[in-house]
Amino acid sequence: MTHNPSFTNQTFKVIGTRVPRPDGLDKVTGRARYGADASAPGQLVGMILRSPHAHAEIKNIDTSKADKIPGVKAIITSADLPDKVNGRRDMLDTLENCMARGRVLYDGHAIAAVAAIDADTAKKALKAIKVDYKILPHVTDVDEAMKDGAPIVQQWVRTAGGDANKATNVSQVSQFGHGNIEEGFAEADVIIERSYKTEQTHQGYIEPHACLASVGPDGNGELWVTTQGHYTFRTQCAQLLGMDIAKLKVTSSEIGGGFGGKTHVWMEPVALALSRKANRPVKLVMTREEVFRATGPTCSTSMDVKIGAKKDGRITAALAVLRYQDGAFPGIWGMLGGMTAWACYDLPNVKAIAYDVLVNRPKVAAYRAPSAPMAAFAVESTMDLVAQAINMDPVDFRLLNAAKEGTRASYGPTYGPIGIRATLEAVKNHPQMKAKLGPNQGRGMACGFWFNFGGQTCSTVNICTDGTVNVSVGTVDVGGSRASLSLIAAEELGVPYETVKCTVSDTTALGHNDTTEGSRGTFSSGMAIIFAARNAVAELRARAAKTWDIPVEEVEWKDGVAYPMGDQHHNLKPLSLKDIAAKSPRTGGPIAGHNETVADGAGVSFASHICDVEVDPETGATRILRYAVVQDAGKAIHPDYVEGQFQGAAAQGIGWALNEEYVYGKDGRLQNAGFLDYRIPVCSDLPFIDTTILEIPNPGHPYGIRGVGETSIVPPLAAIGNAVSNAVGVRMNHVPMSPPRILKAIKAQRAAG
Amino acid sequence: MQVAVTGLLCTAVNGAASINIEADTIRELLRKLVERYPKFEPLLDAGVAVVINGEIFRDNWSEPIPAGAEVVLMPRIQGG
Repeated sequence: MTHNPSFTNQTFKVIGTRVPRPDGLDKVTGRARYGADASAPGQLVGMILRSPHAHAEIKNIDTSKADKIPGVKAIITSADLPDKVNGRRDMLDTLENCMARGRVLYDGHAIAAVAAIDADTAKKALKAIKVDYKILPHVTDVDEAMKDGAPIVQQWVRTAGGDANKATNVSQVSQFGHGNIEEGFAEADVIIERSYKTEQTHQGYIEPHACLASVGPDGNGELWVTTQGHYTFRTQCAQLLGMDIAKLKVTSSEIGGGFGGKTHVWMEPVALALSRKANRPVKLVMTREEVFRATGPTCSTSMDVKIGAKKDGRITAALAVLRYQDGAFPGIWGMLGGMTAWACYDLPNVKAIAYDVLVNRPKVAAYRAPSAPMAAFAVESTMDLVAQAINMDPVDFRLLNAAKEGTRASYGPTYGPIGIRATLEAVKNHPQMKAKLGPNQGRGMACGFWFNFGGQTCSTVNICTDGTVNVSVGTVDVGGSRASLSLIAAEELGVPYETVKCTVSDTTALGHNDTTEGSRGTFSSGMAIIFAARNAVAELRARAAKTWDIPVEEVEWKDGVAYPMGDQHHNLKPLSLKDIAAKSPRTGGPIAGHNETVADGAGVSFASHICDVEVDPETGATRILRYAVVQDAGKAIHPDYVEGQFQGAAAQGIGWALNEEYVYGKDGRLQNAGFLDYRIPVCSDLPFIDTTILEIPNPGHPYGIRGVGETSIVPPLAAIGNAVSNAVGVRMNHVPMSPPRILKAIKAQRAAG
Repeated sequence: MQVAVTGLLCTAVNGAASINIEADTIRELLRKLVERYPKFEPLLDAGVAVVINGEIFRDNWSEPIPAGAEVVLMPRIQGG
């Protein structure tokens, strides 16, 4: 739905204030209950046996010895998870990813699972299960997987729209763009063409996947789980297990990070199947090693980018060829890279060709603005090279070519009001850009884009008899949305923030809510709450009218108080929300407002970042000296949380840029499945991350909100790449820019003279 | 009206970058699309977004398409 943009010019009373976070006390005192914090009488310990091979045929699974171990209550294999997906290929892939079906497709692929009375017994049972494998050739590198003769990961996969008879690892090839790039390159004074690589990274959420599952013989089940979308988990688990959706109640725990990795089911159907077989509750908590080996990291990539420009700085043509590996199952991650690669710019001739490629690695999942950071690394690095080649300031070069309202985006549509130019202007005027740099120090900047989206959403606003307010939402709070949503309810109802309590309801309390992904939590539940609260206000006015015995049309609602309109009612005393709530039992019963909506209308979002680094030329180690984020938030509902999202995204991007990397051996096994060998940034690695919130309202939302959670992970790879390259004087084209990789680049340059 | 088609969706409309279809709502547009291009149906099941004058609609198929609107068919996207 399109909303009146005049909403975006309204003044707010509580929106935009920095109120205390409602979940803060629970989280700092340990009272908050996460995925592993649930328990049930008689619960069993669930564990999963995983493949040590990258690619193999399962010739036989012998569970007979494990079955006889005292305390083992259930063992399942794929035979206990029959295909009930009614031909849905994506769900069959999900089922096969949860439990291998005749073949293992990556190191860590689940083969069997055990439920036992304690962890020791479960471990013994896993060791007692004998699996007979026939090892198959494997491939883990995206470029290798595309070559003729490469091991085929999935024999059924054909390139979409391509040769129907040829098994391939390329599941789809997508093209986006407009104009004529050949003509554009012919017009260029300068053409720069480079190739780039990025390695596979994990979201690195601190809380591992965990759940408590309970299924009874009557077909009713419950699942307590750490997830970004408990309604989606309910639907998927019910479908995979052949259960009725309504008979599976899913409750989302507090979440210790998700960033896209908890949008998919992994071991939850396995826990439910174990519980169903054992007729006991089963708790299943992944180890960190399992999280790395068997959940959904983002892609590794290989990319070529070519930009042509006139000497005056105007880009005449741009081409990106992107190859993304999706793990062992088809995905859309390369396509998303193709859609986002050039979205920051106003280009007359532009093309992105994106390949989605299967390899013997875990099934790739979304990771915060999925696929955009890698494409931005390649594009923004090349943008800097073009600016250098024409001797133009990199910010001015980007400003000259930046998209604006009316620009045809490289992925198709024409932009409405957008904030890319405003972020660049803010970067240009940022004090960091004028700070002096010392020896071995360099500065870089880069831009980033992400779509954001809305989706199916439900909310209820209940007015309690003491005038306090319960807000029920179905979007999991992954980044502070309960505070933002409470502010929105307080704003609409005209009550203090402190009187509003926002709860993420279980799946039996509200209609379906899409997963919290695509930066949709505050955008979409905020929209539903606005309309639910307005419905509640309509009822509050009706109750005031009843109380006064006047027509409802003669009742005005203002700042949480009902006023009678007109001189004829001058003797009637205004009624506050609290007054009306107190009398509600005798004026018609409970007062509530509901809303069910498809929250379309999400606005796209842009960010520009600045980074200063110092590189030790002897070790190749990089230290981030100073970092600034500028992003368009549309309207910042709770600025603390918006800044927190900007900082968190930048911190993840810094880790990705400098250290994080899946390392596979020649045997196709992951060699660094733990935080000792897979290094995410710690506090001492990071400076204070400066933030600037811009507010270019989104006309698709009553308050002008844009999603803010993802966009700021897009620029860091490129901003840091540009900074490091400026510091060491050699272009870095491979992420992570770890000390060995930087040292190698420095030595190679010295050797070349 | 002209409807721009992007990405892999082009394969279902014989490689065309745009097609001519008259429709007052997203639902009518998608129905006529499948009637004319049966290969579009599996892509529709996999997920399609319709962009009307720059605003992305993923699920609200009742959305009206105003006269003279810019309409773009995009693959449905996922986020983190």
